[in-house]
Amino acid sequence: MGIGLTHYIVLSAILFGLGIFAIITRKNAVLVLMGVELVLNSANINFIAFAKFNKMNIDGHIAAIFVIMLAAIEVAVALAIVLNIYQNYKHINVDEIDSLKD
Amino acid sequence: MTGENLIIFGIVVLLLPLLSFVINIFFGKKIGNKSGIVATSILGLVLILSSIVFYFKVFTSFGSKIVHKNNILWEFSDKILQLKFTWIDQQSIQLKVGIGIDNLAAIMLVVVALISFLVHLFSIEYMAGDPRYSRYFAYLGLFTFSMNGIVLANNFLFMYVFWELVGISSYLLIGFWYEKKSASDAGKKAFLVNRVGDLGFFIGIMILYFSYGTLLFDDIFSAIAQGKLPFDSETVLTLAGIFVFCGAIGKSAQFPLHVWLPDAMEGPTPVSALIHAATMVAAGVYLTARVYAMFTASALSFIASIGAITAFLAATIALTQVDFKRVLAYSTVSQLGYMIMSLGVGAYTMGFFHLVTHAWFKAALFLGSGSVIHAMHHAAHHLGDHHTDPQDIRNMGGLRRTMPWTYRTFLFVTLAICGVPLTSGFLSKDGILAGTLAYAQLTGGWHWLIPIAGFASAGLTAFYMFRLLIISFHGEPKTDVAKHTKENNWIILLPLFVLSILSFWFFYSPNPLDAHQGWFPKAIVQPKSVVPDEHQWEFLLINGYQKSEVAPHSSQISHHYLNEFEEAMHHSHYPAMFLSLLIAGTGILFAFLFYQFKIFNPDTLANQFSFLYKLSFRKWYFDEIYNATVVAFTVGFSKVSALFDLKVIDGIVNGSAWITRHFGYFIGHFDNIVIDGLVNLIANATGFFGSIVRYLQTGRVQTYVAFAVTGLVLLIYFLL
Repeated sequence: MGIGLTHYIVLSAILFGLGIFAIITRKNAVLVLMGVELVLNSANINFIAFAKFNKMNIDGHIAAIFVIMLAAIEVAVALAIVLNIYQNYKHINVDEIDSLKD
Repeated sequence: MTGENLIIFGIVVLLLPLLSFVINIFFGKKIGNKSGIVATSILGLVLILSSIVFYFKVFTSFGSKIVHKNNILWEFSDKILQLKFTWIDQQSIQLKVGIGIDNLAAIMLVVVALISFLVHLFSIEYMAGDPRYSRYFAYLGLFTFSMNGIVLANNFLFMYVFWELVGISSYLLIGFWYEKKSASDAGKKAFLVNRVGDLGFFIGIMILYFSYGTLLFDDIFSAIAQGKLPFDSETVLTLAGIFVFCGAIGKSAQFPLHVWLPDAMEGPTPVSALIHAATMVAAGVYLTARVYAMFTASALSFIASIGAITAFLAATIALTQVDFKRVLAYSTVSQLGYMIMSLGVGAYTMGFFHLVTHAWFKAALFLGSGSVIHAMHHAAHHLGDHHTDPQDIRNMGGLRRTMPWTYRTFLFVTLAICGVPLTSGFLSKDGILAGTLAYAQLTGGWHWLIPIAGFASAGLTAFYMFRLLIISFHGEPKTDVAKHTKENNWIILLPLFVLSILSFWFFYSPNPLDAHQGWFPKAIVQPKSVVPDEHQWEFLLINGYQKSEVAPHSSQISHHYLNEFEEAMHHSHYPAMFLSLLIAGTGILFAFLFYQFKIFNPDTLANQFSFLYKLSFRKWYFDEIYNATVVAFTVGFSKVSALFDLKVIDGIVNGSAWITRHFGYFIGHFDNIVIDGLVNLIANATGFFGSIVRYLQTGRVQTYVAFAVTGLVLLIYFLL
């Protein structure tokens, strides 16, 4: 039994679940961002897997490269926001930042 | 001059005074003192145009022609030029109207135009300095316009409309000095008393319209001539005639509605001249002459009796009045009685002739009195005397020397109204008296009272007119004011001259003793009665009656009489003349004996017959009787109505208000509790749910992500 599409998708699902888990449970904003990276990369694995097994050819790869690029930009913006949060609150604990509710 | 042009001239004559009204009412303030001149020049134009209409209508012939174009029917005949058109054309109602010019209208137009023009001219000076100067001329224009409308109407509708316009303009002019209570009261009285007569007129018109479905004189008369009577009854025809005549009773101040006219003296004096000579009181006589053909014998008897009663009654009242204008007012009532009486007995031509001649000399008398009052007023003003009544003849005397020209013209027209030969008044009055004699001869019985009343009034007229003349103009001045009077300027005197000259006989007949030789009887011919023969006096039927036997002293048949009445009238001519001369002479003689030579003392006579004196002085107690009956009844009735209004109507109104208010309270509570409660309930429920749902909104990003993922998982689970 060789490695097929299913393995990739299962790996991607596990990665996605871990990412979501990290986003929901971590207190530290940087760790939440890392969870987001995991989710994005699970999507990347899906793109690559479908490119390999389902004749998407080069399109999947291009999409994956775009996602990586966007993830880099996103991290830059997000870290800037985190820096701002730190300056305002003197901490980066996401569960204590609930001013959105007001 | 074609017939069409003549009718168009007539319409222009009708509308020009309206133009004067419009100019003066809207731009009067702007024109200021010029408004008198503007109005007078417009009336001058009216006078010229109506003279043209008069000349061509009366002295030339137009032949018969009927033209129909643009829905307007032009009808020309030797008798009348008229145009007719349909004004209202509905299924249920169709009204044809139009205007017509016959000899009657043409002569009347000139009378109205000339008198109105002279009154305008006179007023320029008389009304100078009045704060409502231009308003005054506006009203004069409206008055003239309305009267021209009556003259030109060839249907009852126009007649009635202009009739009411005359009513309103007389109200405006009589009450012109409305700051004075008596003047505004007099205006109201004239208006209200006229309403009574107009109601009758209106009922008469309605009877005719209901029966014939048209208001054109021509159509109504031809329908009657074909034997179609209203309600198939000659009684109703008589009644319709009498009802229509009621309008004339009101406007022409006949008994028993004569009470407004003497009070109308409160208006400016030129207005009195206009009302008395040309515009208002003449309207009633004109109406009677206009619809003459439809009067039955009974209606004519009624008319003659009313006229005779009025003539006599007013003459007796005039004997004792002391207000200069009131004497003239009652003399007008009396002379109008003459005209009406004359129409009633069948002397149609003479009745209308008297209207014309009376118009000149009565206008002259009134303008003369205006001249006197103007002079008295100025003298009183000059002396700073505010107590002397400038109209009371007891304050005058000796004016003959201070105002010679006014005196001369006044004397001449007084002779005319007394019926002295060489004046126009003699011609017409003599004709009327001959007519009454002929009537009495032909009918007999109680109708003899009519000539008796006529002759008695002639004597009384001569007496009171000379009493007025002698007391005010002769003798010594009785007050300082009278002593300081001065003759007025030419603007005031010119109308007096013109009107006096028109009172000479030669305008009407070459023979100063017989009007029948003049142009007037040829121009104004009694219209053929349309009433069925059996309901008309036999002697009035026009059947080319010719005297069967030749009078012994004449070798030829000299006259073709229209009917038996004309012949009888011709025979009565000389007896009537001698009798009236004798009676008028006696009246004048007594006036001189009483007031000039003072051989008899009028005061002792008044004391001896104090009842009769008081009866006359108090005007037969007509005002008192009306106050006690009609006015008291009306006031009482209105008091009862007011009480009813206060108790019942107000009670109902207040009751309904109470109900509404309490219902309102109820509605208010319902609104407060139920409707507001519902609204609040919905709001509270929303708030409550909101407060529950808000717990979901924690503000933590991670919670939201958890919800989103849960939602995603649920979606995937349910959809895939």
